[in-house]
Amino acid sequence: MEQQREAGTLGMWAFLITEIMFFGGLFLAYILYRTKFPDSFAAASSHLDWKLGAFNTAVLIVSSLTMALAVYYSQTGDRAKLIGFLILTIVLGVTFLVVKAIEYHDKYVKHHVPGPFFGFKWEEHAGDPKQVEMFYYIYFAMTGVHALHMVIGIGIMIVLVLMARRGRFTPEYHSPVEISGLYWHFVDIVWIFLFPLLYLLGAHIHSH
Amino acid sequence: MSEHVVSRKTYFIIFGALMVLTAATVLVATFDLGPLNVIVALSIAVLKATLVVLYFMHVRYSSKLTWVFVGAGFFWLAILVAFTFSDFATRSWTMTAK
Repeated sequence: MEQQREAGTLGMWAFLITEIMFFGGLFLAYILYRTKFPDSFAAASSHLDWKLGAFNTAVLIVSSLTMALAVYYSQTGDRAKLIGFLILTIVLGVTFLVVKAIEYHDKYVKHHVPGPFFGFKWEEHAGDPKQVEMFYYIYFAMTGVHALHMVIGIGIMIVLVLMARRGRFTPEYHSPVEISGLYWHFVDIVWIFLFPLLYLLGAHIHSH
Repeated sequence: MSEHVVSRKTYFIIFGALMVLTAATVLVATFDLGPLNVIVALSIAVLKATLVVLYFMHVRYSSKLTWVFVGAGFFWLAILVAFTFSDFATRSWTMTAK
């Protein structure tokens, strides 16, 4: 059993390393363009609502705590609390996505979505519209892929709740909970980096 | 080596630290510190990520092999960023072109 659990954990980490590489490439694109167009990126960033971003950061950190507690109760064999904390994690994940949807809608209304209808009201800023658009390309690519990971994570949590209800987890066997927890925390880590890089970059510019 | 059960108290302490660090990164970002802004923001983010990896993801209590896996992953990411950036930063002609 010990060896099986070890193998499961290592396998999950092998997958998470591919995820690190995947998001790492996107972060690299961000770093390079930000270095190249510092003023435009700060101006574009100042049009993101950092308060909503901070709220979502808090939501994800709380969800990581509830996930960690779900793992704890799977280890101690408390099925009711395991299910309770899994459901709480799902609720927090959905909360995150709802806030994200509100932000996306706001960007859509203001024509901040890159493409033929992109129109950034930038009289008050120095910078180049093409460079600002680049920021939003990266913003939507990174937050979009992150949100997709959240959706997948919520799907996994729902499966875990169903499995837990059928009494599939015991203190001896609960690897699915443990491993899904690793995935959930990883998605949280990605957001821990996205929040300061995307939202806080222009927070000292008071555009609102 | 049996499975290490991390106590709830540890989880709550780490959670508190993560929330405090989030507040700190927001607070610092409201001041214009020039290039220091990104250094502080990234340092706090790395610290938060390390706490999550070590405690929430149990790496601190995991086997040496897990450490090697995780370390290799982040090391490879560091290579990706460092080498690309060293190339990018030394191409002065692309940096000045608008």
